[in-house]
Amino acid sequence: MNTPRATRRALLVGSLLLLAGAAQAETSTQDAIAEYREMFGDDNPAELWQSRGEALWHTARGPKQANLTACDLGLGPGVIEGAYAQLPRWFDDTQQVQDLETRLVSCVTTLQGIPREEFLKVKFGDGEKKSELEALTAYVVAASRGKPIALPMQHPAEQAAYALGKAAFSYRAGPHDFACATCHGDAGKRIRLQELPQLTTAAGAREAYTYWPAYRISQGELRTMEWRLQDCFRQQRLPQLKFGSEVAIGLTMFLAKNAEGGTLAAPGIKR
Amino acid sequence: MSDPMRIRAAVKGEKVEVKILMSHVMETGQRKDAEGAVVPAHYITKVTASCNGRDVLSADWGPSVSKNPYLSFRFKGGAKGDKLKVTWTDTAGDSRSDEVSIG
Amino acid sequence: MMLARRRFLQRLGHTGLAALTITSGLLPRVVRAADTRPAFAAEAIADALKALGIANPTKSDAIRFKAPDIAENGAAVPVEVESTLPGTREILLLVEKNPHVMSASFSFPDGTDAYVATRVKVAESSLIHAVVKTDAGAFYTDRLVKVTLGGCGG
Repeated sequence: MNTPRATRRALLVGSLLLLAGAAQAETSTQDAIAEYREMFGDDNPAELWQSRGEALWHTARGPKQANLTACDLGLGPGVIEGAYAQLPRWFDDTQQVQDLETRLVSCVTTLQGIPREEFLKVKFGDGEKKSELEALTAYVVAASRGKPIALPMQHPAEQAAYALGKAAFSYRAGPHDFACATCHGDAGKRIRLQELPQLTTAAGAREAYTYWPAYRISQGELRTMEWRLQDCFRQQRLPQLKFGSEVAIGLTMFLAKNAEGGTLAAPGIKR
Repeated sequence: MSDPMRIRAAVKGEKVEVKILMSHVMETGQRKDAEGAVVPAHYITKVTASCNGRDVLSADWGPSVSKNPYLSFRFKGGAKGDKLKVTWTDTAGDSRSDEVSIG
Repeated sequence: MMLARRRFLQRLGHTGLAALTITSGLLPRVVRAADTRPAFAAEAIADALKALGIANPTKSDAIRFKAPDIAENGAAVPVEVESTLPGTREILLLVEKNPHVMSASFSFPDGTDAYVATRVKVAESSLIHAVVKTDAGAFYTDRLVKVTLGGCGG
């Protein structure tokens, strides 16, 4: 005979077991996914973009028939080692805060004389259509692998970019009233089997930011940070995020600063 | 013109271990592009590898080998400095060979 | 227009090399050197094996087949096969639920290990078969790989 207390206890034990079972299943799923990722080893197709980027960097092109070895990414002309780790930042010559991608555009247009629209005609590659921006980005990013992210943010414009990024992160809009924070503002969130890092904490920001740009298996392409942000906006059903816009750079600054101190592992490989 | 392969070939004990990343779209012919048009099939059908002219591997591929293919194999009888050559041929009739010195 | 197309078709009809896709009102799109290998056209494992001249492979645990239980994305599933069966000549990979089951075959001359690692596309959760051709006949093993649809689907 079940007394009310016995019934309650049975229910409690039953539901705890169910939860434990579910948690167990979830852990083993995440373990299985970890095994999948591990099987790629160090053999990342991103290397193909890195090689192409290296060749582009050293090739004289455009009306000025110049290569990019004089390009200043913040550490002086031609210095690429560690450059990505201190971007986005303020640049005196362009009088703006720039991320790696917009800075590459500046170098290509200024040093080589290639018009911006021409260079950005294929911003993000698709199969046979290759993006030079992606290749150059991969090359430069790889030269910061193992370096800690460091953003002193001493310039007021850099601080303003961070503030804008922070505000944009929580700005709800679009048909679903989504903001970045909707998915990435709390711990323990997940979409289907995809665990969502909490980007407002150092740990979460590092988990995400240190692996981008990345070879995106589902795209079969190397994807950059500007692509990643644009795609997030698309997934939220927000209007298209403009390439190199203040919001794009602000969000990148926000993520990078939150991830400060983390060690860059990019280009990574992601599903 | 296709992009170069990334070939890593190194002596590991008695064997040479080879790891290759190839740049190829490996289109199945079933995908549709952004405008809704079918992207024609275009994939590697044959891969061969040789060490100082001696055949060490041959492979027949279909479109379900992943895009930007990865291939790893091992063979005996190769030494540091030997030339490892890898060749692929695809459905468009294009071919590409890349060669590295075994390290 | 119709006449030109017919003549074009007649010319190509004899070569047997090209496959044509014709949409009304448009010029035919030619796929140069279409794949005519029978094994690669097979839509079922049995047909692929038949085309390869392989009859009834025996299941063997002398084939080490590593594949993830869950693939985060089916576009690239890492697989690794090593055969310890003596006289191994070829390793073949077949994905049961793919539209065309035959993925790849690898031939090993003397001196090359009966080992290969690569990445294959798996359209949906499926058994992957690793078939091994040896001097003594054909053997196989298989693994189930579950394919997930990740995140926001992209």
